[in-house]
Amino acid sequence: MTIVDGRASASGPLTGFANMLGHPFITHALVAGTAVAVVCGLVGYFLVLRGQVFAGDAQGHIAYTGAMAALVAGLDPRVGLFAATIVAGVALGVINRRGADDVVIGSFFSWILGLGALFLTYYTTHGSGNNGTANVNVLFGSIFGINDQARAVAVAVAAGLGVVLIVIARPLLFATIDPAVAQAAGVPTRLLSTLFLAVVGATVAEATQIIGALVVLGLLAAPAAAAARLTTRPWPGFWLSAVLATAAIWIGVTIAYAVPAAPATFTIMSTAATIYLIAAAISARGRQPRLALAAPQRRKA
Amino acid sequence: MNPQLTWNLITDVQQMWAYPFMVSALRAGTVVAVVAGVVGWVMVLRKESFAGHTLAVVGFPGAAAAAWLGVATGYGYFAACIGAAAVIALLPAPSRAGGLGGFSDESAGIGTIQALALATGFLFVSLYHGFLSGLTSLLFGTIAGVSSQQLHVLLIAALLCLIVLAAIGRPLLWASIDPDAAAANGVPTRLVAGLFLLVLGVAAAGASQITGSLLVFALLVAPPAAAFHLTARPAMGIAISVLIAVAVTWVGIGCAFYSPYPIGFWVSSFAFGIYLLAAGYRASVERTLRRIDRRHSPGRPVVAA
Repeated sequence: MTIVDGRASASGPLTGFANMLGHPFITHALVAGTAVAVVCGLVGYFLVLRGQVFAGDAQGHIAYTGAMAALVAGLDPRVGLFAATIVAGVALGVINRRGADDVVIGSFFSWILGLGALFLTYYTTHGSGNNGTANVNVLFGSIFGINDQARAVAVAVAAGLGVVLIVIARPLLFATIDPAVAQAAGVPTRLLSTLFLAVVGATVAEATQIIGALVVLGLLAAPAAAAARLTTRPWPGFWLSAVLATAAIWIGVTIAYAVPAAPATFTIMSTAATIYLIAAAISARGRQPRLALAAPQRRKA
Repeated sequence: MNPQLTWNLITDVQQMWAYPFMVSALRAGTVVAVVAGVVGWVMVLRKESFAGHTLAVVGFPGAAAAAWLGVATGYGYFAACIGAAAVIALLPAPSRAGGLGGFSDESAGIGTIQALALATGFLFVSLYHGFLSGLTSLLFGTIAGVSSQQLHVLLIAALLCLIVLAAIGRPLLWASIDPDAAAANGVPTRLVAGLFLLVLGVAAAGASQITGSLLVFALLVAPPAAAFHLTARPAMGIAISVLIAVAVTWVGIGCAFYSPYPIGFWVSSFAFGIYLLAAGYRASVERTLRRIDRRHSPGRPVVAA
């Protein structure tokens, strides 16, 4: 990304945009980013609806430690990412069922992150030919570092996760809104809940490469919360969340391209936060007639 | 500088004490641990641990911005944490999430704020070129984080914290345990809660300088949570919490000095270990009590220890 290209975009928005799409790293970033954003939006909507945003935070911590552990072991960080987050998703499902204290969970994930710091130090002090920016890439992502192969993997994983999520979407929504009735109607709520947390884990692992383990929480929460504020109907909200997440990635990448000083992670995250703020403002204006409808639905979730 | 650990603990401590930066690290660690032990105890009682975590995370962009502007990072931590605490305190009460379990639309908002804070911190870090090794210190802590000048700032902030806490202690305790009764009896619960959030901001800023922004749970939550497993009495609980926090910090600083691994790892490991020990101790005591109870008077409801 050079400043010359950034200035070219100022000469005319359309030429600038065409220039931008001419770079392979931008198209890779946009393709992989779109795939990840769609899944993040879809998964995030259920996460917000089920009140499990904290699980996204926890998974981010685990993703960091998993990636660092894989680097120490000499493996591809992606192996560690997926293994750690999917195992953690299943474990979280079990913990949720037993009803653990927030203090316990918080202390535990703090310790997990401490373990990640240990692996980081081990990785940077042992062996000289290591990739020095690996730590920053895992923490804050590297959307412009996506190559051909990573793009293909991202799209494939996103497609797989999307299919799984859409298959379980209807029973999951039922189990989310009224768990007792769903269980009585024969929906396997426990299995669904655990499966969903595993899907969240895989999503976090995939998104970590794009936006980073620490910021993935924002991409899960912000577009979904914005969608939940804009509509109270579940299916339009579900798809709107994916659209908003994709918009955040596209606008964020474009701004990051035009302003080389700003890292893409920051521009994407601030776009997502802006979307959330706008949605909150819109819903606050139209709240009075809608409140009666919205309140009981949310309380059940 | 390559200190060697020997079997003689006294020479080890003397060796550590010979370095001025270690002396100020231990002093800063003690000050921070005392405040964290006291404030953390009230925080866990009030189930505001998520707020503490968020405040600490907001400290990261503050510290990164301070480094970018060429100011000591300590001021950045304090400014950002206290500012965020004031904002949270001014928000209307229902839009605040209480605890990690405060699930709903609001927790999504808090998650967004956290992620945005971390991303903003990353922006400042990348604006300040060559700071990338400092990134790890800001996030995961460093023993050399506090200079002797910063120590004075830390000390004054800690004293202020403790004085405010002592002044509002009784109404705060009442408002935390039974907010409705306290409010009915004329305790200004809103004011007390707001003041406590400011104190919490200072404590989180202090703890961040030792353990890093991401690991404040280790100092702010684990010691008081362990104390709650050991006793329910406030004075005793605060004393135990402070004791654990100070011990964990000292041992953590010592281990970080003699090993290449960061202090955040050591402090969070020891704190979590002590928490597990306390939880295990309580579980075993409860089991014993239940067994005795069952032997002597079958059918009577078990009273929790």
